Amino acid sequence: MSDAANRPPHFKQPLLTTPFHSRTRACSTVDQFVAWAGYTTVDVYTTVEQEYFAIRNACSVYDLTPMVKYRITGKDAENYLNRLVTRDVRRVKPGRVAYSVWCNDDGHLIDDGTIFRLETGEFLLCTAARQLDWLLDSAIGFDVAVEEVTESIAALSLQGPTSCAVLKALGLRGVERLRPFDIGRFVLGGADMTVSRTGFTGDLGYELWMTPADAVSVWDRLMIAGASSGIRPIGSQALDMARIEAGFIMPNIDFVPAEASVRIGRGRSPFELGLEWLVDLKKGHFNGRRALVAEQKRGAARRLVGLDIDGNKPALKALLYADKSCRREIGAISSALWSPTCKRNIALGLVDAPYFETGRQVWAEIYLCRELEWERRVARGVVVEKPFYAPARRKVTPAWDR
Amino acid sequence: MTAIASAKRYDAVVLGAGHNGLIAACYMARAGLSVLVVERNPYIGGAAVSRQLYQDFTYSNCSYVCSLLRPEIMRTLELPLHGLQIIPYEGGCTMMRDGGHLALYDNHDALRREISRHSKRDAEAYDRFARDMLRQCRFIKPLLMRTPPDPTSFKPRDLMELLYLGQRFHRMGETRMYETLRFWTMSCADFLDEYFESDIVKAHLAGSSIIGTALGPRSPGTAYVLLHHYMGDIDDAVGAWGFARGGMGAVTNALAASFQASGGEIRCNAGAERVLTSGGRAVGVALADGTEVRAATIVSGLDVKRTFLGLVDRKDLPAEFHRQVENFKIRGSSGKLNIALDAVPSFPAIPEGAPCIRGDLHITDSIAMMERAYDDWKAGIWSQAPYVDMLIPSQIDPTMAPAGKHYMSVFVQYCPYELASGSWDDGKRQAFGETVIQAISRQSPDFRKLILHAEIRTPWDIENEVGLTEGNIFQGELTMDQLLFNRPVPGYAQYRSPIRGLYMCGSSTHPGGGVMGAPGANAAREILRDLRRDDLRLDGLH
Ligand SMILES: Cc1cc2nc3c(=O)[nH]c(=O)nc-3n(C[C@H](O)[C@H](O)[C@H](O)COP(=O)(O)OP(=O)(O)OC[C@H]3O[C@@H](n4cnc5c(N)ncnc54)[C@H](O)[C@@H]3O)c2cc1C
Repeated sequence: MSDAANRPPHFKQPLLTTPFHSRTRACSTVDQFVAWAGYTTVDVYTTVEQEYFAIRNACSVYDLTPMVKYRITGKDAENYLNRLVTRDVRRVKPGRVAYSVWCNDDGHLIDDGTIFRLETGEFLLCTAARQLDWLLDSAIGFDVAVEEVTESIAALSLQGPTSCAVLKALGLRGVERLRPFDIGRFVLGGADMTVSRTGFTGDLGYELWMTPADAVSVWDRLMIAGASSGIRPIGSQALDMARIEAGFIMPNIDFVPAEASVRIGRGRSPFELGLEWLVDLKKGHFNGRRALVAEQKRGAARRLVGLDIDGNKPALKALLYADKSCRREIGAISSALWSPTCKRNIALGLVDAPYFETGRQVWAEIYLCRELEWERRVARGVVVEKPFYAPARRKVTPAWDR
Repeated sequence: MTAIASAKRYDAVVLGAGHNGLIAACYMARAGLSVLVVERNPYIGGAAVSRQLYQDFTYSNCSYVCSLLRPEIMRTLELPLHGLQIIPYEGGCTMMRDGGHLALYDNHDALRREISRHSKRDAEAYDRFARDMLRQCRFIKPLLMRTPPDPTSFKPRDLMELLYLGQRFHRMGETRMYETLRFWTMSCADFLDEYFESDIVKAHLAGSSIIGTALGPRSPGTAYVLLHHYMGDIDDAVGAWGFARGGMGAVTNALAASFQASGGEIRCNAGAERVLTSGGRAVGVALADGTEVRAATIVSGLDVKRTFLGLVDRKDLPAEFHRQVENFKIRGSSGKLNIALDAVPSFPAIPEGAPCIRGDLHITDSIAMMERAYDDWKAGIWSQAPYVDMLIPSQIDPTMAPAGKHYMSVFVQYCPYELASGSWDDGKRQAFGETVIQAISRQSPDFRKLILHAEIRTPWDIENEVGLTEGNIFQGELTMDQLLFNRPVPGYAQYRSPIRGLYMCGSSTHPGGGVMGAPGANAAREILRDLRRDDLRLDGLH
């Protein structure tokens, strides 16, 4: 907070820097930054490839600070969140984290995010988009306080097979006993740190939450502790590869948040996005429930599914067809990647019924620019189960620590 | 006076060289008609005009910002080729009585951080507000360049258009249909209350809802006026505002050049006195100098009152139409100061180096203060603490003032057409100007001493110079009862009048005022259809 006062005014420098900026800036060799949720963050440090393999092979460090955070406290905090989101929050015990989505009255996704239950009456809601007005409006009638706390919490994500080993080397004793979605409290060099076994890579990994004042010293200690475990800072591009392999969706890439869409018919329900496992229609009333009950009866007209596509050219933004001659359009791809770990050409795409069923064959129309000349390819794709990559280590407790 | 018949006959005569008259004239000339435009003033432009009244300063005397002008018109009529250039400006600012300020910036993150200085909640609600404005814009925009359907007609074209309207509306889905209906009729203050808690945020955004209207921010219907001002865009940046390089006269000068390039003729100092009719049909126009010009098509760019109560024999009009025109709401409520400045005034409330100084500046920091300004107008006095929309275009457009000097345009809301104390005179005009200068001086200590020259214009002056009845800038209030198929009056929303051959093309017609050009273009389309020239399929006219 101390540097907030000396910051250039927002009209001269609209983007904020995170408390790790002095370190992330120094590690960046290619000067590739990207605006994320009001902060300037690293897109690529050195090479995307190397950074990606830090996630799957060793230990990656990602500056997570810009993630929008709301602290929700009060007697009715549990009831409030339970009314807001699709999951049953009563089943999220203190010290646990739950991934969830929340909907508008039409049952369309406003956002997805993680709910950290820190205490019985204290939650942290981490989201992609800012929505304080929605959260406050939803709080009417509940005895809760909702506070936007993004700037007052610094966060790092440590992901990869050696991430637990690095944390142990850092001195976090017992960290290996955290189960997936557990929250642990630790003291590091006299400073409090919260650690959750969570992440956006589908791998073994942890997220570290601390006050901004401790950020730089935690970073420095981590780099020393992880030196022999292949620790490496990674930018957003490498993370995006891992999240596609893990089958995670991104707002504004794989769906448009309902409350941000301008055009008619752009809202998407959790069923359409393949997130029915997050919807608990039996828990009592919540936002969008009525619409979701109706949709469940009707059956979804389309669905975001995983696709395995022939060849090795990522089917970026490709249209999908039922037939090889590309006459009947049945959807489009929103995320695509040649997966370096699976050695498969994978994608996420929204597909019409009935083509979204697992095992169905679809055709992707891919355009490739080869030295300024365009080539069109129609590649066969098969609807497959997600995630594309799910190593056993992500779930094992005690976690791998070597 | 004996009539002197003009030697030359024209296919069409357009009354008034305002931008809409010129646009209608351009399209007709391009369709091969011989067209004459007659203008009462010694100069063209109407309310889109640039004039030099003091040394080398150029004033945009009436309208001062441009973005509503339909891009399809600019393109079809080749206005850039004829010298028109629109330059966007960034943001704006409201200075507060307590020394604070709220600025608006184009950059999304700068804007959020700026609003969050006043309310974190409002900073995050702004996106929802912007989204809803966009949603409404998307509904209404395609209607701008279309002739409104007559809901009582069974003509296939009207039915098709009604169907189009109905379908667009229906496709919104139930919730948005309700939202839209509410939006079209609610007050701006109520509308903003649905998004924001901070008074300064609401006050800043509400400004556009009162500009040019004889309504207050709490009057029903003002939410729509807000949208009317948002409707413009510059090269796809929705809601963006800009300057016409060289002042707003650049718009009408480019139109005149385009018109002349297609063989059109413009006559200034040629006020129309009377529309000549024969057997209920227009046959020509008599000018103030006694000349009569014959033409089978007469197109009036004047407002509906001036046209039908001033130029037409009342006996030629159906009583119902006549009554409706008399009751057409066209109350004047705006004044304007055009000021030559020795330098850019200092505004201590605005931080050093903030780009908002080059945007629109305001000094009304609450809805209550704005409503209070309106109360004065109702009482027949100019607002004692007026709302001003003030810009210094010379910071961006170097052609407006000599180097180092500046031109400031100050639009003032509210100012009555008729004062409770009687008619306007020189002394009252000066006193009105003094009120405005004082109000600005409260935010700018050196403002007064930088003034080299000031042109002060009351609604009365605007009426007398531009011909806008009562000085109403939109040629008629933009309320639901006077919009779409009700504009200007029910049954006559398709640019035709009860007199065959006499058409309307000014801002009194759909979709209304502002330098938008849609009325002129739509009118031309209807005229050409009647003349069976619409087979020419002019690009940009559906
Ligand atoms: C002070 C002020 C500020 C404004 N600010 C803005 C702004 O910033 N942005 C914006 O988009 N809009 C603004 N407007 C509104 C906009 O300028 C007008 O709505 C628009 O210019 C009207 O154009 P028009 O062609 O329909 O009519 P007009 O411009 O009114 O044209 C009518 C023409 O007819 C002429 N005329 C009148 N009587 C006769 C006669 N008997 N014979 C021949 N000719 C005659 C007039 O001289 C005039 O040239 C403003 C208006 C005013 C007055």
